[in-house]
Amino acid sequence: MTKHEKSANFSRRAVLKAGGALVVSVGAPIAFDSARAAESDPAVATKPALTPDQLSSYIAVNADGTVSAYFGKMDMGQGLSVAIRQMVAEELDVPFASMKLFIGDTDTSVNQGGASGSTGVQDGGKQMRMAAAEARRVLVEMAADKLGLPADQLTVKDGVVHAANDATKTISYAQLIGGQFFNVHLDWNGKYGNPLYAPGKAKPKNPKDYTIVGKPLPRQDIAPKVFAQTDFAMDIKVPGMVHGRMIRPAIAGAVPVKVDESSIADIPSARVVWDNGFLGVVAEKEWDAIRAARRLKVEWSNATPPFPNQAALYDHIRKASTRKREVGEQIGNVDDVFKTAARVIEAEYEWPFQSHARMGPGCALVDIKDGHVTCWTGTQKAHFVQTGLANILQIPHDHVHVIWTTGPGSYGRSDADDCVADAAVLARAVGKPVRLQYMRDQGTGWDPKAPASIHRVRAALDASGNVVAYDFLSKGFSRVDVDTNGSQPRDTLAGQTLGVALKSGDGFGVPGDSYGFANKRTAWETIAPLLDRASPLRTAHMRDPVGPQIHFASESFIDELAAALKVDPVEFRLRYVKDPRDVAVIKAAAQKAGWQSRPAPRNDQRGDKVSGRGISYAQRGPTRVAVIAEVDVNRSTGKIWARKFTVAHDCGQIINPDGLHHVIENNVVQATSRTLWEEVKFDNKTVTSVDWRTYPILDMTEAPEQVDIVMINHPEIAPSGAGEAASRPVPAAIANAVFDATGVRIRRAPLSPENVKSALS
Amino acid sequence: MSQTFSLNVNGKDHTVEAEPDTPLLYVLRDDLGLNNPHFGCGLGQCGACTVHIDGKPVHSCRRPISEVGVKKVVTLAGLGTPDRPHPLQAAYVQEEVPQCAYCINGWIMTAAAFLRDNKKPTDAEIRTALRHLKCRCGTHMAILRAVKRAAAMMG
Repeated sequence: MTKHEKSANFSRRAVLKAGGALVVSVGAPIAFDSARAAESDPAVATKPALTPDQLSSYIAVNADGTVSAYFGKMDMGQGLSVAIRQMVAEELDVPFASMKLFIGDTDTSVNQGGASGSTGVQDGGKQMRMAAAEARRVLVEMAADKLGLPADQLTVKDGVVHAANDATKTISYAQLIGGQFFNVHLDWNGKYGNPLYAPGKAKPKNPKDYTIVGKPLPRQDIAPKVFAQTDFAMDIKVPGMVHGRMIRPAIAGAVPVKVDESSIADIPSARVVWDNGFLGVVAEKEWDAIRAARRLKVEWSNATPPFPNQAALYDHIRKASTRKREVGEQIGNVDDVFKTAARVIEAEYEWPFQSHARMGPGCALVDIKDGHVTCWTGTQKAHFVQTGLANILQIPHDHVHVIWTTGPGSYGRSDADDCVADAAVLARAVGKPVRLQYMRDQGTGWDPKAPASIHRVRAALDASGNVVAYDFLSKGFSRVDVDTNGSQPRDTLAGQTLGVALKSGDGFGVPGDSYGFANKRTAWETIAPLLDRASPLRTAHMRDPVGPQIHFASESFIDELAAALKVDPVEFRLRYVKDPRDVAVIKAAAQKAGWQSRPAPRNDQRGDKVSGRGISYAQRGPTRVAVIAEVDVNRSTGKIWARKFTVAHDCGQIINPDGLHHVIENNVVQATSRTLWEEVKFDNKTVTSVDWRTYPILDMTEAPEQVDIVMINHPEIAPSGAGEAASRPVPAAIANAVFDATGVRIRRAPLSPENVKSALS
Repeated sequence: MSQTFSLNVNGKDHTVEAEPDTPLLYVLRDDLGLNNPHFGCGLGQCGACTVHIDGKPVHSCRRPISEVGVKKVVTLAGLGTPDRPHPLQAAYVQEEVPQCAYCINGWIMTAAAFLRDNKKPTDAEIRTALRHLKCRCGTHMAILRAVKRAAAMMG
């Protein structure tokens, strides 16, 4: 174990010990009076149980006056920890610099859902804000007691409570409770995960009084990373640890029928772990584990190649029987209006499977000792991983300790949780701590995929060209074929290869917009996975789950309507968009980009190199984003350069404009990569996108020249998610710009040179 | 068969026992505890494992320990320190470049060699020099800002 990790653990264990002492005392008989006294004392020496209804589960004031906050969500590199510290420091009236935030450790934080659905600030921050406000209220009441003054005559600055009109009467948070724990009950809604909410009696501050929230404070984790002082999850080592590697079949669905251990007999300490379809190796040295995994002779079962040829993918989706259908928005009588329409416009769009393809393939360290499990992982959801380990190892939940440790970028239900479960099975089999890292071909080829889909859209127009009915249908693989976290073995490759009963979930989504068409229906249909067990094409959440594909279709189609009616695309959207905040982002983007009104396409360019512009907008929950793309298209090569983006973004109250700017910019660039390049390739046997050549992403020569961002701040509106929202309008903004440049509508993603050339020819 | 190898990393001499075909990456990470080069692909396609060998950026995932010899290896940890940062490290902090930061070895080590050999590069030259590196989080715009900032510092 490295030095950095040791010191972090030491303090966490010290906290734990205090918790343990409390458990003992609860078992002893307590007289009624003393129990009541303990309940009414807001400060206690031993930490109350780590439950969502205890203030001590979120906030502690240390003996030196610094404040520790414990957060059950994770910061995947988007600066969430700064934002949460700002929210807590603001409500508590303590200096930002005196705040420490501990995140994602199951021994010190409650399950607030992990990194999930852009809810870090929206839900996680909301809870931390309420907890901090309650802590301040309790501290001020304690101060009122000590100073003999009414609480409403007290004020707080930098963690010191003052009498409002007598500066000599002061008492600090440290003097009031430093080193002790809050013993204050919160009004918990009984829920875990993202919806967990447990306010106290306090009301949070009025935004007009903010001094810390809203400031562009920098991230503190960057310098240690840039100077190579930070341990990532992959860097943690414990004594006696061995390295693991997994072995996957060449034909998806095949299982090992014969494993020749003698084929790796000459590799020192190499051991095989084989159980049903689960096959891995361990060795003391990492290179030996890699060599053993490569060299092990395995005979696989005669599996029938499970996949269609890639060219038949979208036909497969069209023809497949619907497993579940759900209607999102339904207004008026869509079908009847289409029967009498003066004109009907329709189109179909296609979106491929995409891979998380994280910079580092999944990695986890699992240590099982005396019936207790410790796990280091870069998962997005440490508390669900705790449940997953308890389930797969059949060990009580409270004997599992998951320590989230920063890892390679994570954009949803990646291979991280599969890796934890695989590492656990290996560790149990060999009786040693196992650090398992997947290889690149597994990180890209075997991670859960973003679902492929088709989208059928039609609109009915009346004789004057008004849209009188709108009908949007997505059909595709489920976003939750495997669930959004690894809490159930059936949702992990380990569980599926070991043979647990499966339960493929159904879910997709509908467009987020406020187009006020008089008759409107949005719906989705899911189909069964191509292979039901241990599939490299199993589908799950990937950044802004199903948002990019749905809005590629919906916002391309709105553009098609505008073009068919020869109306400027911004003007057309403003005719139908009802929500004032949606109107505002569209107008803000257009203004910033210097948008001149005219219909698309341009039709004024000759030669190979042409340029165009396109707009797209979407809501994601309460957040809304408009994106204008300006692109250059090379007609002969089919290559697109998304040269400039203008983004207008409204996520309510902005906690940290600096962090938000980075989050939006990175969203736009990643979404550009997904739009222009990303497509998981497969043949009928398995996934053939297995590295960066077979799964290309945007490179530096293709990065935009400029990304202009307008951040609309609404201090009075609760902050909403920003982690994903800017991803979803990007694909259509680019496709609409390509149409403007070329007059050709591209309805199949990615807009790769191959697809663009074929569309232009 | 395992053999003994001597190597010089960040100015210090080390001796390790390893199979001759062991990539330098695993020797640095597992034997010397220098965790900064990361495993990204093992194929020389992403850059996450980049170190300098005699000043040249090299994919340590593809360089067998037997071929390192007496050449001087420098990792991100050896490039600069908080007290004496390399201009790129300073620029990376100022521009708050990384999202996850897993890829930064490749970008910083490659750009450091490029900026040493190319004063006042153009935008196009920087992009071309860094085109083989991967960043999955999409921090490309911030990387460009930081490299330009470092280029200005390096004159």
